[in-house]
Amino acid sequence: MAEVLLKVKNLSTLFRTEGGVVKAVDNISFEVRAGETFALVGESGCGKSVTALSIMRLIPTPPGEITSGTVEFDGIDLLKLRNREMRAIRGSKIGMIFQEPMSSLNPVLTIQSQLAEPLKIHMKLSSGAANDRAEELVNMVGIPDARARLQQYPHELSGGQRQRIMIAMAMSCAPRLLIADEATTALDVTIQAQILDLMQDVTEQSGTSLLIITHNLGIVARYADRVAVMYAGKLREVSDASDMYAEPQHPYTVGLLRSVPRLDSDKGAPLTPIAGEIPDLTDLPDGCAFNPRCPWAVERCFTDDPELEEISTGKQVACFEHASVALHD
Amino acid sequence: MAAITDPATEWELAPPMSARLRGSLGATYRAARRDKVLAASITVLLIGLFLAFFAPTLARTDYERTDPVNRLLGPSTDHWFGTDNWGRDVFDRTIVGTRLSFLVGVSVTVVSTVIGVSVALVISYFRLLDSIIMRVVDGFLAFPTILLALALISLIGPSVGNIIIALSVTATAGKIRLVRGAVLSLRESTYVEAARAVGVPVPRILMLHVLPNIVSIIIVQATFTLAGAILAEASLSFLGAGVPEYVPSWGNIIATGQGYMQVGFHISFFPGLFLTITVLAVVLIGDSIRDHLDPKLRGRLKTTAHS
Repeated sequence: MAEVLLKVKNLSTLFRTEGGVVKAVDNISFEVRAGETFALVGESGCGKSVTALSIMRLIPTPPGEITSGTVEFDGIDLLKLRNREMRAIRGSKIGMIFQEPMSSLNPVLTIQSQLAEPLKIHMKLSSGAANDRAEELVNMVGIPDARARLQQYPHELSGGQRQRIMIAMAMSCAPRLLIADEATTALDVTIQAQILDLMQDVTEQSGTSLLIITHNLGIVARYADRVAVMYAGKLREVSDASDMYAEPQHPYTVGLLRSVPRLDSDKGAPLTPIAGEIPDLTDLPDGCAFNPRCPWAVERCFTDDPELEEISTGKQVACFEHASVALHD
Repeated sequence: MAAITDPATEWELAPPMSARLRGSLGATYRAARRDKVLAASITVLLIGLFLAFFAPTLARTDYERTDPVNRLLGPSTDHWFGTDNWGRDVFDRTIVGTRLSFLVGVSVTVVSTVIGVSVALVISYFRLLDSIIMRVVDGFLAFPTILLALALISLIGPSVGNIIIALSVTATAGKIRLVRGAVLSLRESTYVEAARAVGVPVPRILMLHVLPNIVSIIIVQATFTLAGAILAEASLSFLGAGVPEYVPSWGNIIATGQGYMQVGFHISFFPGLFLTITVLAVVLIGDSIRDHLDPKLRGRLKTTAHS
């Protein structure tokens, strides 16, 4: 087993809003190993992005605040670093790609000046060297006519091309970890696949770990080695990606899998959506937050909140009834 | 790609500073050719600037010397705009007044823009400083501009320098408020977050990622400040709080003429006309710049240019 690169332990992040305190990330722990692709899945508002921003320490404070936990990256606790030290890690050791390729690039600067920026800051390259490297990077992410592209402004590029530029920028200083926060959500499916293939290629070549944050189970199935399922700020299931599809052990994971069409399911069989709605994060139900929507819920689920526990090698589930939970009835 | 090899569009793809300047001058020229109002406004301003620089040499009489024999003459070939109650040539005094108007207008605009933008950029990153400065700004903005300027001038004494200071204070307050709002909204944009995610330090983010994106707002606001300052200087001089009476200023020439409206209408009329046309031209240029810098409109211009 490869060494652990990123070790998130008991991380909690909350937002103090007018409507009350929102525990966006509630005591979560997971590990990303060197070179692997780790997926964090869950529906909108479950805390995936806040987790990523907490790792990068980009939570706007106030109203947000990381209240507890450690984020060990390569043996260093990122949460204890000074701002200046953290800045040296962002972009050089950890790269990040955001959801909207349309607005992730500054509209008034050329691609070249934006691509060269992390190179100048972190690798202390001269302008000339940075520009040469920028050209290599554009070539690397598969955009033809790199030299001309570098002189263009973001509005002259398509969404897919811009996301390729973002990948080039995130990978420019050879980071050990690349965080892709819904990086392909805004793109259409074919481009989505291209971008993900590209991310996998570049990270595999350099041995970079990839942390994919997504709500798309198809992406997880195709690209992730391991996966963590998040619901209402907590991790509910962590397992190998293939295991999760074959034998989901948490009712929420089952619900997610039942609500997407599968090629091997019966023709014409209806999809089963998860009943109910996402709970209000300022007012979570007692016990397990998933209990109002859970068909397996027993009395205990309404009073106690199950902790994530290891039920077999590499598989952790937070559910009292995991033994009776199954994908097919 | 044809667009890249086409030398005509080269500056647009690879703009070093000089080419960018040439580009914006060229763009202004092309815009002015399409837009007659803009062309007229720019012409007016250029004439104004010319007068401001060369008025003393253009003046045909000693504009400070009184000549009571020829007082209150109407416009004629000798005195194009007539003479005032002391027999001084109104045309000469009006074109010399252009100097003061432009000097005050441009100085106030430059001072308030530089200080206002710098302060706004800095305070947008320090919460406490931001609340303190913004309350002070609110205080300044609560007063009518002229009233505040009058109060300041009565405090520090009337002189050209003090007029500039007094008018700059209120103009700066307005600038801080405007630019701070724009900076705060840009700070939330994804590309600023993306820049932070690659480890760009805050000062660099402000200079490289935020400032270029608010340049259009700053330029447009600057034109309105210019118009406002010219008008405010005239108002102060009119009220007698500006430059001394013997120094010609549009405001105090109008004030002089006020007492002779029935016998010497021309005394107030001509400087008033100059004032109106100048302010109008500046405001129209501001409008036009705003239209051209509007990203939506610019997108449309771009597509037509590429087709």
